[in-house]
Formats: sequence, C-alpha cells, structure tokens
Amino acid sequence: MSTLTLAARDSSTMVRRQLKRMIRYPSMTVMLVAMPVVFLLLFVYVFGGTLGAGIGGGPYVNYVTPGILLMAVLSAATGTAVSVAMDMTEGIVARFRTMRIARGSILAGHVVGSVIQQFLCMGVVLAVALAIGFRPNATPVEWVAVAGLMGVFSLAMTWLSVALGVKAPNVESASNAPMPLILLPFLGSGFVPTDSMPTVLRWFAEYQPFTPIMETLRGLLMGQPIGNSAIIAVAWCAGIGVLSYIWAKRLFNRS
Amino acid sequence: MITATGLRKSYGDKVVLDGIDLSIPEGTIFSLLGPNGAGKTTTVQILSTLIPADGGTATIAGHDLARRTDDVRDAIGVTGQYSAVDKLLTGEENLLLIADLKHLSRRDGRKKTAELLERFDLVDAANKPAGAYSGGMQRRLDIAMTLVGDPRLIFLDEPTTGLDPRSRRGMWQMVRELVRDGVTIFLTTQYLEEADELADRIALLDHGKLIAEGTAEELKRLIPGGHILLTFTDTGSLDAARFALGAGVPDPDALTLQVPGDGSVRSVRDLLNRLDERGVAVAEMSVHTPDLDDVFLTLTGQKTETTA
Repeated sequence: MSTLTLAARDSSTMVRRQLKRMIRYPSMTVMLVAMPVVFLLLFVYVFGGTLGAGIGGGPYVNYVTPGILLMAVLSAATGTAVSVAMDMTEGIVARFRTMRIARGSILAGHVVGSVIQQFLCMGVVLAVALAIGFRPNATPVEWVAVAGLMGVFSLAMTWLSVALGVKAPNVESASNAPMPLILLPFLGSGFVPTDSMPTVLRWFAEYQPFTPIMETLRGLLMGQPIGNSAIIAVAWCAGIGVLSYIWAKRLFNRS
Repeated sequence: MITATGLRKSYGDKVVLDGIDLSIPEGTIFSLLGPNGAGKTTTVQILSTLIPADGGTATIAGHDLARRTDDVRDAIGVTGQYSAVDKLLTGEENLLLIADLKHLSRRDGRKKTAELLERFDLVDAANKPAGAYSGGMQRRLDIAMTLVGDPRLIFLDEPTTGLDPRSRRGMWQMVRELVRDGVTIFLTTQYLEEADELADRIALLDHGKLIAEGTAEELKRLIPGGHILLTFTDTGSLDAARFALGAGVPDPDALTLQVPGDGSVRSVRDLLNRLDERGVAVAEMSVHTPDLDDVFLTLTGQKTETTA
C-alpha cells in the first residue's frame, strides 16, 4: 500500500471512530447544540425586544443569528478539545502510536469528525432561528458562500481546539481552555453594533477576527453591504487555521 | 527476538536508563522487575517504538528499531499500563477499529473480532460500551485488542497492576497460553510473585541499570539466606545433631534445627553424611532457598547503601 492510500484509509477509519463516538455519546452532542440554542432563545425573547428596538431595522433574530452560528461552532469546538484531551490522557493514543498507521490520521479523525459535528450544530441553530422568525434573503450562491465561510471558520477553530486539547494536562482544563473564545462574539458585532461601544472596547471589537466574519455572514444572509469584511474574515480564518495546525502537529509529535 | 545494547534515555538531567543490554530468545517470557521509577515503562516505551532512545541500538523481530520502525510495529503488540481502549465504543467496535487499523480485510476483521470476543469471554459484553466494563474486563479487552494483528512479540507493561487476585490468575493463565502459541512476551511487573510464576528469565532493574539477570532459580542462588531445616522426634536427637554439625539454630519446642546452607546437593549430602556417621535420626528435612523477595531486597538494598 502506498503512503497516500494508507493515510487515506487510516484517516477514514479514524473519522468513522469519531462518528461512532458521537452516536455512542449523544448527550455530549446534545449539550454542545443546546448552548447556542439557549443563547439564541435568551437573546431573542429576553433581551431581543429592547436590543432590537435600539438597533432598529427589523426583528432582532435577523441581527443576532450570525453571531449565534459562530457560537455553535465554538461550543462544538469545546467538545473537540475535550475529546482530544481524553484521547491523550488515556492509553489509546499510545496504542495507535505503536501501530503501523499514518501518523496524521489520529488528529485528522478528530478534525473531520468535529467539523461534521459543528455543521450539525449550525444546522440545528439555523432551524431554530428560522422557526422563531429568522428571515434571511440570501440567494443560493450566497448560501454556498455562507457554508464556505463557516467551513473555513470551523476548520480554524477545530485545529485551534485540537491544539488546546493536546496541550491540556487533563480533561478539565481542556474544557476550560476554549472558553474565552465564546466571549468573542459578545466583544464584537455579534449582539450589538460596535459603534454603540465605548472607545477602547469599540477599537477591540472592530479589529478582532470574529467581527469581520459576523459582518460577512450578516451581509450574505441579510443582503447588507459587506465591504472588505469578507477578505479580512477569510484571511483571519486561514491565518488562525494554519498556525493552529502547525502548533497542534508540533505539540502532538512532541508529547 | 529482542537484542538491545546500551540503551540510554534521560529527561533533562535525570538519567532514566543508563545503558541497558537485553537478549531475549523467541517464544519465551522475559520479565523486567523493578520498583516504581526504576525505568521499566521507559524501557517498554523505547522497545515498542513509542519514544526514541538517546543512545544504544536494538533489533526487534529481526528489524532495526531506529531504521525499520514500521516493520517493528508490524511485529509487535503493546498493552500499556493505562487502559488503551476507547471507553465510548463497545468492545466489538474497539476490536473492529484495531482490525481496520491493522489493515485487515473486512471479513478477516469480523472473523478475528468474533474469535477474540469468544476467547476473552467478552461475547455477552460485546455490545456494551467499554467504559461500563469492570477493571478485569477492560484489561481483557485491552489484551484482545493487542492480539488483533497476531503479533509475534507482545509487551505487557504491568498487566496485573490494580487487578483483583482472581483476574490476576486469569491474566497469568492467558500469558501462558500465548507463549504456548509461540509468542514472545516482554513483561514488566513490580510483583516478584508474578515474575517467579511466569518468566523464563528475569532481569532486575534499579535506578536505570540492570543489577541482575537470570532464571528465578539463578537469581535466588545469588544471595545468601538459604537454609536446611531438620526436624527430629525428640530433644536427644536434636542436641546430638547440633553437636555433630557444630552449627545451626535449634528450636526445642518445634524440635527443629535450622542449618545455614546454599541448598546445593553437595552441601546437603555432606550434612546428611555427618549426621549418619554419628547415628542421628532425622525425621524430616526441607531445603529453603531464598525467594525473589530476598533477592530483590538484598540487591536493591545494597545498591542504595553504596550509592548513599
């Protein structure tokens, strides 16, 4: 077997492993999906009236959904960090490493499995949002662009959480490590426009990576102007993704 | 099956392995015995391709450890100290996963899985998640996973640590069966009883060095502490024997005399001849060789004294 077919075969075995794990441990997926859904309902029904009136221009659910989609990715990414840390702290990775298998397949399985899980989370969030009045006006091409952007964002966050999971000394700290990321949609344009914030915070909110991603999503979904947000968003995702990939690989090979 | 010369490993300033030489013939059980922190696990990790050695060379199943790592991996199976099962997957799924990673065909994988579930008494639990298994069952699944690729050499790193006595006996039984099939076993343990029970050859590891190597019997002969216990029917014979031998510790209540000796045939014959010459009647005689506990304590104890 050539190295490439070997890598493909082992990686697909590892992806199957992750999918089976998801099926065997559904409460994990349910928990990861529940987090963004609860935020969605909380923000639409509890804060939405006041926030929506303040922002103006249509129902608040239309404004907040892109930010919640990002939270769906981040929530699932927390699960990835936990799952990687579980693997690292138990003996199974040691077993894999004494077998003649493609090295990269272990992490590849986690990454592909996690991206699938994240799209599942986003699907549920989107369905709930639509059910409670989210009315996007995106064309099919724009939907494809939304999926593409969420794909690169999801990959970037997954590699980042894989690295955090490998680095974590135990499962508990792995589940805490990605927490700060969940705050980022709040400290950006996820829930309120950045120009309503005090100067220092506004500066941070406008330049942090999540804001251009949310602006691009909002533009694609609601037909608003995007400007240069799309390019900045993709550049951030690519940058975070590549650096996290290198970091994760290095940590994994060293441990 | 394993030949290693001068294996070394340090972590920072701490020398974990300080030049280990090993030679293990095919189809035997070799046991590396030592206290916690002696370097047992590090030795297994190096020989099982998990970590590279800092120095030294090793040939495993005919392949150079450093240059033909993948060929070594094809020949070995490893059961580490920590359970290496996927606790979310069922026992059957765990075995099928390893079959896939060993690149068995689907049919062979299913066949092997069914065979191993049967052999390790896991058929009833096959569809339960491994996380719900008892410690002994998890360990059995762990070993079953190690056997999926029919390895010729199996590393067992403290396979019975944390198991109850019954599961431990079961594990011993299984190790013996494996060797009967021609597999070579490299076993580490901190239990002297285990090494004594199973191993063809035993090496004592302490502070990263091999301090003794041989069969259990050879090791026991390494240290003094052996004695011959003579039992008599009356105190008269006891006193006569003591006088005849000019040595020994009498126990008048038990009517026994404990005579120091290495237990060799020659020394026993010598002793009995002297008693015969004086016409002393002995009711019973038993030869006590020191057990591995004595060997281990003596050898490691001396070592700490000289280094201290």
